[in-house]
Amino acid sequence: MALPKYTEPHYRIWHYFYLTICAFVFFFLIAPLFVIFPLSFNAEEFLVFSDGMKRLDPDAFSLRWYQDMVYGTKNPWGLAAKNSFIIAIFATLGSVLLGTVAALGLSSRHMPYKGIIMATLISPMIVPLIISGVAIFFFMAKVGLAATHTGIILAHIILGTPFVVITVTATLSGFDHSVTRAASSLGSDPVNTFMKITLPLILPGVISGGLFAFVTSFDEVVVVLFLAGLDNTTIPVQMWTGLREQLSPTILAVATCLIVLSTLILVTAELLRRRSERIRGINRQT
Amino acid sequence: MSSKSQKILTTDGIPLEESLKKAERKNKIKAFLLVAPLLLFLIITYVFPIGDMLFRSVDDRMVTNMLPKTFKAMEEWDGKELPEEEVFAAFYLDYKKLVEEKTFGKLATQLNFEKNGFKSILKKLKRKMKKFEEGNYKEQIMGVHKRWANVEYWRALKRRTPSYSYSKYLKGVDMYENEDGKIVQVPEDRRVHKILWVRTIEVAFFVTVLCFLMAYPIAHLLATLPMKYSNLLMICVLLPFWTSLLVRTASWMILLQQQGIVNDFFVWVGLVTDDNRPEMMYNKTGTYVAMTQILLPFMVLPLYSVMKTISPSLMRAGKSLGGTPFVAFWKVYFPLTIPGIGAGCLLVFILAIGYYITPALVGGASGTLISNQIAYHMKSTLDWSFASAMGLMLLTGVLAIYWIYNKLVGVDNIKLG
Repeated sequence: MALPKYTEPHYRIWHYFYLTICAFVFFFLIAPLFVIFPLSFNAEEFLVFSDGMKRLDPDAFSLRWYQDMVYGTKNPWGLAAKNSFIIAIFATLGSVLLGTVAALGLSSRHMPYKGIIMATLISPMIVPLIISGVAIFFFMAKVGLAATHTGIILAHIILGTPFVVITVTATLSGFDHSVTRAASSLGSDPVNTFMKITLPLILPGVISGGLFAFVTSFDEVVVVLFLAGLDNTTIPVQMWTGLREQLSPTILAVATCLIVLSTLILVTAELLRRRSERIRGINRQT
Repeated sequence: MSSKSQKILTTDGIPLEESLKKAERKNKIKAFLLVAPLLLFLIITYVFPIGDMLFRSVDDRMVTNMLPKTFKAMEEWDGKELPEEEVFAAFYLDYKKLVEEKTFGKLATQLNFEKNGFKSILKKLKRKMKKFEEGNYKEQIMGVHKRWANVEYWRALKRRTPSYSYSKYLKGVDMYENEDGKIVQVPEDRRVHKILWVRTIEVAFFVTVLCFLMAYPIAHLLATLPMKYSNLLMICVLLPFWTSLLVRTASWMILLQQQGIVNDFFVWVGLVTDDNRPEMMYNKTGTYVAMTQILLPFMVLPLYSVMKTISPSLMRAGKSLGGTPFVAFWKVYFPLTIPGIGAGCLLVFILAIGYYITPALVGGASGTLISNQIAYHMKSTLDWSFASAMGLMLLTGVLAIYWIYNKLVGVDNIKLG
């Protein structure tokens, strides 16, 4: 990005101004996340940097909030984490299964009414969450699934499938159908062809769609707030309650764990994207 | 070539055309069967419930079914003076039945939505009713509370006669049908919803503009930097994108509080004095700042994916043909990024207009949006039909935006990073 020597001064100034703006925006994006780390190790109960922390006094730091998160009395986080993982895992499985199969159908050039069906399938992503929440709540209440894990899992499948449909159809758009035809001509039945040929090729898309579905479910709070009873509380719901009522540093300890988790997901997603591009032979210009 | 006899046949003697059609149909069915499970699932659990919302928002049969005799007796009443004895008698009989069935609470809630103060006089009536004597119910009911002798309350009751009504929609825009059946605005001091609608659109609009202004330069930088630097910087966009919404909201709550780091910084640079720290949370400022940061990645990613496809030689060509860099940018580069701008703005605007969590946590009273009102009616007042009506009004707005966007730019697949 170095400027050539012949650049006129006012463009040079403009260029550095532009870089400064960019730096500011990047800082604005990422800095808030880093506030959480140090404060979660605060020895005191307040959500501000104590004088000791500013002096980097080791006594001002402690792991007490992490301890409280795991061993605290009447601690809601254990149950919440368990629920969150159970719900997110089943919701992801459901979304991936339904979404991938649907994407296979949608990518077929024989698919009738493609436009309207695609619009219906991705509508949960377009409709504001609060409206989806109200609608899903009415349905679950009617069939008696409100305040059950099943109800929440089904709700999260609804919200998660659009991501799977979109990522898998995107992967399939670069798919060379002659390989499946070659497999059939060599005597493979459709199921075998799918398992041995198609699936390995679209797997990166399927997994990254699954990651989206997992994060959507794991982070979802609006619908769960409508649906959840006392036994179905999840991490986001617990954080929501905590942030509204007693803002304690334990929440920051949980938040730190969540940031670590999202970093892991980010790395996985990024590796998958690159692998997918390599498999499909898309060269990114550098 | 006569078409009658010269049809091409396949090996089993069927005309090729027919055979092809059959195969096509088979493929169509196959493709449809693959989509069917998800489509069916979504129609049952999602599309129908949204239709159900529409039904709920206009359904007013609950009150109609609770007071059948009253409404029948009221048919004759013109609504000018207090109704006749027969209306009072019918109401007494209906209400007595509700008290016996212990469902009068629902009626009280419903009527209180129609006119404030109904609940208390219904409760009082319930207590006094046990000692009622037969006959002359008008006198007896009016004796319970002076509001029962107020014709306004009976008019409010009559307004609930039809089984279906659009009154919830009117309420959503601060209007109501008055005694003469005219649609009028509610008194100025009670127009809460209009303020919320305007504020929601205002916040969504400015958040979109802010996101655009901030995202455009960094998307450009990311698209033009060599891969090894841009990958590193991309983390700054993707990490917040993957991080829990509540975590990011929590971090803004810490940053923006009065003893928080942003205020510390302002004091340190001397912008404000220590004992005069501005309130940056629990108002609109908090909503703007937090929502912009949270929605920024949704603007950066579509912009980036479009900018990535624009060849740098185009700008060079523009410059070599005599344009200054600014002209080359404005005439060549910027028009090429419009699809990205469209996708990003649509995404951010639609997400912002339905935002709930962040405004509820950092918005305070002056920063809450229409979604908060919907959630409030769902969870606190339990006026579900009103919540449905407001939700559908919001949904109509969102779909209209989507439709306009489709007409103007065309919905190409929105990329997810």
